[in-house]
Amino acid sequence: MTDAAGPDKVFRNALANQEILLPRCDDCGAYHFFPRVVCPWCHGTAISWQRASGRGRVHTTTTVRRKPERGGDYNLCMVELEEGVRMMSRVENIAPDDVVIDMEVKAFVGEAEGEPAVLFRPAEE
Amino acid sequence: MTGNLRGKSAIVGTGHAGFGEAHGLTAYEVMAQSALAALDDAGLKLSDVDGLFCTMMEDSMPGLMAAEYLGIEPRFLDSTMTGGSSFVNYLTSATMALEAGLCDVALIVYGSNQRTASGKLVTASRPPAYEAPYNPRYPISAYAMAAARHMYEYGTTREQLADVAVAARAWARANPEAFERGPLSREDVLAARMVGDPLTVRDCCLVTDGGGAIVMVRAERARDFPKAPVYVLGSAAESSHRQISQMKDFTVTAARKSGARAFAAAGVSPSDIQAVELYDAFTINTILFLEDLGFCAKGEGGAFVEGGRIAPGGVLPVNTNGGGLSCVHPGMYGIFTVIEAARQIRGDAPGIQLNGVDLALAHGNGGVLSSQVTAILGSQNTL
Repeated sequence: MTDAAGPDKVFRNALANQEILLPRCDDCGAYHFFPRVVCPWCHGTAISWQRASGRGRVHTTTTVRRKPERGGDYNLCMVELEEGVRMMSRVENIAPDDVVIDMEVKAFVGEAEGEPAVLFRPAEE
Repeated sequence: MTGNLRGKSAIVGTGHAGFGEAHGLTAYEVMAQSALAALDDAGLKLSDVDGLFCTMMEDSMPGLMAAEYLGIEPRFLDSTMTGGSSFVNYLTSATMALEAGLCDVALIVYGSNQRTASGKLVTASRPPAYEAPYNPRYPISAYAMAAARHMYEYGTTREQLADVAVAARAWARANPEAFERGPLSREDVLAARMVGDPLTVRDCCLVTDGGGAIVMVRAERARDFPKAPVYVLGSAAESSHRQISQMKDFTVTAARKSGARAFAAAGVSPSDIQAVELYDAFTINTILFLEDLGFCAKGEGGAFVEGGRIAPGGVLPVNTNGGGLSCVHPGMYGIFTVIEAARQIRGDAPGIQLNGVDLALAHGNGGVLSSQVTAILGSQNTL
């Protein structure tokens, strides 16, 4: 971590390098997401970065209905990572209606709204 | 609200304006008309107001804008923004300010023209940075994911969700102030356009114009006004997150804590409540809040609302004006939970007036199940 970059920038810089880093508190050992300067669980400020396993499970999901001419329906979900944190994302390579709660998914760095973003695909393809 | 604030303040005026479509009116005009209506109800004038409690959707300094518009220079100004729950939250700050002598007449007010202005939610909020790239449609996507998780964990069904909307419509049909008064069946809700699974457009609140206002004074002078006073017996605010991705348990809201504290402050329990006014932005809200406020056990909300049990003639009167689902929902609905609860207690509810209501509950929700504020209101008999 450079002196200049706060946790938000560290996370985004890593994504730009195709890497998913997760913040973990040195004091309590728990991961958190989104990245912060203070651990939301124990309020410790010594935070290290760990490479994410990428293994996760769909915690809840919805299909956002959109007219076909505007791009059609898409998935929106919450994924719980093996590390114990949840993030909003979407599962790709599968019809949005086929994404179900508890489904195992695997993270990858893709693109959303023109920026690098954590996306998921079904773990078993 | 701690126990020593029980019954220290009272609502002596309520008012509203611009319900449905307020063609040609700005949000601040609807706000001001609502304020004037509430002051008229209380037999007071704008010049009597020295405490103002207001937030609006479109500004970052809404309290200043509202005071300027109304031509008042309040001694006490609160524009704390916790979303639609803000106006229930103001019951606490208004009571504190009144009791501390920081103001003598508190005006809580809101107005919006979101239906005629844009037809969709007008908001000064920015999309959260770690959510926006995935294009959530706010607020519905958040509530859809809460509903999906509730269905998964507890077997709640789309039919049960639909029954919440059907019950709200049944109340609204008897309320001349309600915007949607046509018949609505479970089948209508299920067959309506899906917006964000599992919620159809009929699982979603209305998009209307409208404003509401409440006038409060210290309890000691509350009987000097034309209408029967409605006392604030307990109120409590809790929050658990701002962004839906930070909600720890998608099936449990902070209403569990706000409700417990409000009931403790008021010294009553859910079984004592005769009218329940909940912020029903989506059908899942009613189910979650009935559970979290203690009207039924966690996971039993679906069965609790099924088949007209919260409709007129059911076991518990919920959202007796038709709620945000069928009566009015101008961006933020919270103030209308308080107004309907107060009117049920006063005996001048616009729709179905329940018999002999002494205790009513108003519950505000803000953000994406983020802020939960519970208030318990009572008649003179409850002091």
